[in-house]
Parts: sequence; structure tokens; C-alpha cells
Amino acid sequence: MSDPRAVVDAASTLILGKRSRLELALTCLIAGGHLLIEDVPGTGKTTLAHVMARLLGLDFRRVQFTSDLLPADILGVSVFERETGAFRFHPGPVFTQVLLADEVNRATPRTQSALLEAMEEHQVSVEGETRPLPQPFFVIATQNPASQIGTYPLPESQLDRFMMRITMGYPDPAAERLLLTGRDRRSLLADLAPVADAATLSAWRTQAEGIHVSDALIDYVQALIAYTRTGGAYRLGLSPRAGLALLAAARARALLDGRSHVLPEDVQAVVPAVALHRLPMLEQPPSQDDAARHLLQAVALPV
Amino acid sequence: MKWRRMTAPKVAAEPLDQARIAWLMAVAACALVPHGSHLPGWLIAVAALLFTWRLAQWKLGWPGASGLVKLLVVVACCAGVSLTFGRLFGREPGVALLTLMLVLKLHELRSTRDGHTVVLLGYFMLLTAFLYSQTPAMAAALGVSMTVITAALIALTGPPAAPRALLRHAAWMMAQALPFMLVLFVLFPRVPGPLWGLPLDAWSGTSGLSDSMAPGSISQLSLSGAIAFRARFEGDAPPARDLYWRGPVLSAFDGRTWRQGSSAQRIGDGLPHPVPGRALGYEVTLEPHNRNWLFALETVATLPADVRVSDDWQLLGRDGVRTRRRDRFESVLGARPGIEEWSGHLDAARQLPRDGNPRARQLAQTLRAASPADTVAAGLRLFRREAFVYTLTPPLLGEDGIDAFLFDTRRGFCEHYAGAFVFLMRAAGLPARVVTGYQGGERNEVDDYVVVRQSDAHAWAEVWLEGEGWRRVDPTAAILPSRIERGLADLPAGEPVPFVARVDLGWLRSLRHQWEAANNAWNQWVLSYDQQKQRELLSRLGMTQPDWRLMTIWLASLCALFALALTMWAMRRSVSADALARAWTAVDRALRPAGLGREAWEGPLDYAARVGRLRPDLAPTLAQACRLYADARYGAAPPAAAARELKACARALRRQRIPPRR
Repeated sequence: MSDPRAVVDAASTLILGKRSRLELALTCLIAGGHLLIEDVPGTGKTTLAHVMARLLGLDFRRVQFTSDLLPADILGVSVFERETGAFRFHPGPVFTQVLLADEVNRATPRTQSALLEAMEEHQVSVEGETRPLPQPFFVIATQNPASQIGTYPLPESQLDRFMMRITMGYPDPAAERLLLTGRDRRSLLADLAPVADAATLSAWRTQAEGIHVSDALIDYVQALIAYTRTGGAYRLGLSPRAGLALLAAARARALLDGRSHVLPEDVQAVVPAVALHRLPMLEQPPSQDDAARHLLQAVALPV
Repeated sequence: MKWRRMTAPKVAAEPLDQARIAWLMAVAACALVPHGSHLPGWLIAVAALLFTWRLAQWKLGWPGASGLVKLLVVVACCAGVSLTFGRLFGREPGVALLTLMLVLKLHELRSTRDGHTVVLLGYFMLLTAFLYSQTPAMAAALGVSMTVITAALIALTGPPAAPRALLRHAAWMMAQALPFMLVLFVLFPRVPGPLWGLPLDAWSGTSGLSDSMAPGSISQLSLSGAIAFRARFEGDAPPARDLYWRGPVLSAFDGRTWRQGSSAQRIGDGLPHPVPGRALGYEVTLEPHNRNWLFALETVATLPADVRVSDDWQLLGRDGVRTRRRDRFESVLGARPGIEEWSGHLDAARQLPRDGNPRARQLAQTLRAASPADTVAAGLRLFRREAFVYTLTPPLLGEDGIDAFLFDTRRGFCEHYAGAFVFLMRAAGLPARVVTGYQGGERNEVDDYVVVRQSDAHAWAEVWLEGEGWRRVDPTAAILPSRIERGLADLPAGEPVPFVARVDLGWLRSLRHQWEAANNAWNQWVLSYDQQKQRELLSRLGMTQPDWRLMTIWLASLCALFALALTMWAMRRSVSADALARAWTAVDRALRPAGLGREAWEGPLDYAARVGRLRPDLAPTLAQACRLYADARYGAAPPAAAARELKACARALRRQRIPPRR
């Protein structure tokens, strides 16, 4: 079985200077969670989704969300066929292993919730019939925070369905130079060979689930959760689902690091991505980094 | 950062969960159990019923009590309380109503606020238990109850935790409060007299003595082993046979009953006559008995302030003894006061009914001798010679009881002997009277107090002799010397002697001594710690002139010192303290002086990496330490071995933390 780090190594050749983001994205996928990427256009959100699907050997579909997109455009529709005299279901783009939902906040809440239901249930109910989605099934959604006109930002309850929210950020000057002088990314993508497949991914996931979590670590996770609920800094504390997601992501991250047990560092590494989008603060912090630092530095490690 | 502001979570209106409701029921149970011994039976039944109902509601999901039911219970119980006690105010009805309200409050637990009410009511109920009993056992029981209630308070306000953890937390908090309690107890300026008055119905103690005596009408003397008083002698205690603790003097006789006479009515602030001789000093701690009688050895030589004396030498307090009281007396043993007695008192001491007991009168004539002293000796000889039996179960005597006792039954206890002897002496023309009180006492080897019990109650005679004064004559000693030498324990088998007076169970006796010494220490140093005791203790501690200002300064500084010590202790010692945690803390402490301490939120590997960047010379050791800790705390490595290696790393780091000179 190949090492999950090979995926990150391979992806870094294409997406330059974003190793930590790639690691988080892979962590999220190993932990079986959906990923929300939030950043301004042109920072490589789509490329990241593409690269991940490719390297993991998964089917990839992309849907550009617009305000006139209907649920049926994603889920599929039954069409009457004259030859057979019966309705036949035409599966929508959701029937894939990796679905890139580009600019998910442009669609109406109705369409958004159709997608989110599929994310949660791993199945689609169309016209009274329930159809399972392929295994594995990941949604990588992107969101543009800059232009809010004519958008429907995901409410907190929907944000909770995404295991992680990450931002891309601009590349540093050295990476940017490489990007500007190097080959076209799209052609590179075409050359990219998969390093894993669905079975490997599922094996990694099983492996991550078996990673040891000590009482001391559970104490720490509970202390973090308790702080978000009673610390007085947040309008809403972390949900039990968020706690589970935090632990699953920390396990995947320990696997990525080649360790057999979870360390507080693993939790701290995934907290910004896993927790912050579920934690509306009473006073808006200047930046996401500040918010992460506030949460992590407020909770001491149990000795 | 401005947005870092913290706001207190709003808990008062939060609904109560099942675990907290269980805690509150435990509070009610703990607060009510100490009251079980004195509440009326029907109220206990109602409280138990309401409590069980609430328990069933909690455990089995029964429906709760409706507002109408609660209203009816309140009205009915208020009526019941007012019928039982005749009023709605005072100690008894007050505690009864509080009990009722506490149990009813369990039926309206809606929010945390209600929980706080139950907890505060529980604390108050504990306090009221002290209005009934102040024994060390009660104090210990209330300490346990208080721990449970405090645990409930923690459960109410804190995050959910296991009951054991909460109880441990509460016990720990109580232990931390202990030094403050002691300092406040010892140093807080004492107000003379009780701080607040207890209601009048709080005392119902009675003495083993009474102000009259009718030996013929008692067929079975029941003796109680309860303690009457304790005495501590300055120097060695005299032998038990010399300890005659004087109580009421009975000089009026109507043929059947002995009563206090005119000499008992004349009460002065000074001694009737001076008592010369070498005085013996001692302190008597008297248990409450509701009469104003005080007990001191015959014959008291100096009178403490606040103590008065009757013309027949009975000591009296101003009011009934309702709390334990302590007096210091000085007595001259074997003194014979009253050489120059007022003739009125002597006449009263010769008084006899006009007729009755003819045989005894006749016998008295035969006792008449040349000198009064010989008459007394002849009387004593009579008791010694004839076959008199000392028993606690004498036959009843009818008319002419003295005759019947002297000639027919010849069975009786001290009252019979004292009464008959005084009758004979009076009939022989000598002034004589019956003195009641206590005789003897048992020395407790543990604390050197002499313990006098109700079963040591005694009656003896006093005869006035020309040129000598009042001479004590104890006819019981003539019949059964061991009664005086060794107490009741030597009575023939079959006599109803209180269990505690039997001496043959050696280990039991020493156990009893230990227990009573503990009780006495509690009484002496806790319950009767008053202004005088405080002064005494403080001067022994070196505060010669303790006034309230000095005491307040001491109080404040000692409390501050304790608070400081506790804070430092809490800061030094982290909450968890197993070996691995201690070793990990040791690593941190080794590097903290060099400014390389671990941040509270920093994980072990991050810490190693950060310090490794700052101080590459420390990196290998610290990396090893952090890996050891991480593997043992978060991985599956055995913690004990890791703790040992980690300690070695901590020592190495302490040596290395000073950077090498270049």
C-alpha cells in the first residue's frame, strides 16, 4: 500500500508552495469529510480539487453553481422515453466520486440544500426513489467571499456539513515565480498519473480509524469543545458532530504524519480548518489566524 | 485584542438535568436525616412520602405533584404543626415547617435558581440541627452532610462530573476551609454569653436529684449512667470516699417526706461562716439540668462571683443551669462549719412530727448517751450491728415508714439510711438534717477528669454538735463501706446497676473512658470556648493583653497567610499529579528559569521544535524528553518507565540550561 504522503508530494509538484493546504485537503478526504475551499478567484481552488481527484484515481465531475441552477440539474431527472413507454432516470452530475461544486454560494438555498442532503446521506432521493451515490463520495465546494452581491451564503447549519473549510491564499514570491515561468498547469494536470485508487483510499481510512486516541487527548478535545460552549467568546459552541469531525480529522492527520497515536499537535493542526467555520464569534476577529490563535491559546493541554 | 472579552455564562435560568435533580434530592436527605430524632412522627411520614414520590418521579417517571396538591399539603401541614406545638413560631414548629418546605421544594425544581434555593435551605437545616444536639458525633454527621451539600452545589454550577469526583472536590474544599475555621474560632473576639438566645423549649435536662425525698414510696431506684458533672483538680484528686458533692439539704420532715426547710430559703451572697483550713482548688463543669443548683465538695471555702449560697451551704446559681457551665471552687475537706449556728436553724433541725414512728422514738431514747458525740456513735453502731441490707429494690413502706424500715424490712438504699438516721438523731434531741448530692466519682485516666454520674447520687446525714459544728455522718458507709469506696459496681449481683457502672469489663471501661474524655475535651474546648477560655489560651500563646484590635490583626494576617499558602500550593501543583505528569512538569520547571518554559497550550512536539530552534544545544535532550512524554501520554508506551527516563532528562536539562561560554 502506498504512503498517503506520496499524494501530497505529487500534488506539490503542481500546486506550488501550498503543502500545508494539500495536507489538510488530503486529511479531510482520508477522514471521509467534505471540503469547502473559500478564496478569491484564481488562487487554484479548482485545480486543487482536480489534482486530488486525479491523484486518488477517482471520478471527477464539476458543476458551476449559478442562481438559476435547479436541484434536478445536480441530482438528475426522469425522462419519459417513447420507445419503451416508461420513465428512465438520467443521473445528474452528483453521481460521481468527487464533485466539484464551484461557487456553491451562487445557487439558491433550494439547490444548495439538495446538494447538502446528498452530502449528508450519501444517497439521492428523486421522485420517491432512493439511489445510492458511488463510494467514496466527496464534495469539494468553493466559495468566493469577496463578491457577496447576488449570492446566498451558506447558513451555519449547512457549513457544519463540511468537515473542513480551508483558504488557499496567494503563493509566496518564489512559488509564484515558478508558477509564472513553468509549464501550463492544465497540461501538467493531464500528465499527472494517479498514485492511489478508491480501494487504497478506503484502506487509509480504515487505518486512520484504528489510530490510538488516549484519554489525555480526549480530555483535551473535550476541553476545547467546552471552551467554545462556555468560554463566552462564541455565539454558538461546537456541536457533537464537530467534535467527532475534529477527532476523525486529527486521526487522519496522525496517519499522514506516520504516527500510531494522535497528539495534541494533530488536533491543533486541524482545528482552524475543522472548527472555525462552525464557530460564529461574538466579535469578529481581524483574521482567521487570530481566531485560531484565540481558541488554541485559551485552552491548556491537560498535563 | 479587544474582541477577546469574556462574558459570564448565564446559568441561573438553565433547566436542571436529571443528575442535578438527583443531587438535590441527596441534599434534602442529608439535611433532614439529622432531624429524624426529634421531629414529630407524622411529619416524618409526610416528608418521607413526598420524598419517595419525588424519587419515583425521577426514577420511574411518575407524574409530579400539581400546584393544588402542594397547596393542600402546605395548608394541612401548617395546621398539623400548629396543633402539635400549639404555635407556628419557635424552634420546634420552625424546624418542622422548614422540613416541609425543603421537601416540597423538591417538587418544583425548574431551573438552577431553584437548585440554589434547595442547597441554601439544606445548609440552614444543618445549622438548625445544632439547636438540638451539639455532640461530637452530631458535628461529624453534619460534616458529612455538609460535604454532600457542597458537592451538590458544585454539581449545580460546574460541568457534569462523576459523583465520586464531586464528593472528593467538596471534601477538598472543606479541608481547605478548615484552617480558616480554626483561626476564626480561636481568634474571633468572643462575646460574653451566647451570641443569640435559644428558644426556651431548648432545654429539658433534669437532675438525678430532687428537692424532696420519700424513701418509703420508691420500690425500684432507676439509675442513669448519664454524666452529672466533671471535675478537674489542681493537683491530685482526693480518694473517692472523701468526695461528697453537696446538693439540696432537706431539713423538714412530715413523717413521710423530707423537704427543704427554712435554712434553704435564706440565701446570701457570702458564706454563712468562714471556713478555715487548707483549701483544695478544682473546676467543675456542670451538665445542664434546668435547676439552679451547683455542686461543690464539702465544704466550700471561697465563693466565686455569680454563685450564692443558702444558710445550709447549698450552692446556687442565679438562674437554672441551661447550658454547660464551668465554675472554679475551693473547698476544705473535712471542715465542720457552723460552730455558732443560729438557734432558729438548730430548732428547725430538731423538728419532728408530733406523732408517728413510736418504735423509732423509743429506740432513740436508748441511744441517748452522755455526750452528743457518743449518741452519734451509738446510732452508727446500731446500723452496723443489725442485719441491714443495701439494695436498690427495697420493699414499699406504708405509714410509720421509719419504724417499718428500722425494725421490719431492713432493706433500703442511701435515702432510707440517711432519713432513718436523721430521724433517730432528732428523736434523741440532736439537730440533724439530710443532705443530698453526689458521692464519689470516677477518675478518667485519659484526661484526668473526675466524672460524676447521675448514678452517683447519694444522701447522707449531718448532725450539729456543740463546740464542733455540723458533722457529716454517712450511715450508708456503715452498712456497705464499698458503696462509698468503690461505687455501685460492688453491689450484689442481681441489683439493677447501670451498665456503665459495672467495672468488670476492663476493655469496655477503657473504651468508655476514651470516649468520655473525647466528649469532655469537646465540651471544654469547643462548646464552652468563651471569653475566659479564649483569654487563657491566648495568654498561653504569648498574647498577654489580648484586646480586640490585636486579635483582629492576628486574625486578618493568619487568614491572609493561609490564603497565600493555599494559592502558592495550588499554583505549584498542577491539577493532575501522577508520576508522568510530575516528571513532565519537572522538565518544564528545569527550563522555565531560562525563559524556555512550555506554553500551557503547546503540544510536546511543538515545544521541542520551538525550543530546539532557540537553543540547538538543548534540542537532542529535549526532543527525547518530549517524545518520551508524547509516547507515554498519548501513545501506548508504559507511563512508569517513561516517567523515570523523563526525570533523568529533566535533571540533564537543568544542568544544560545555562548556555556554554564561548
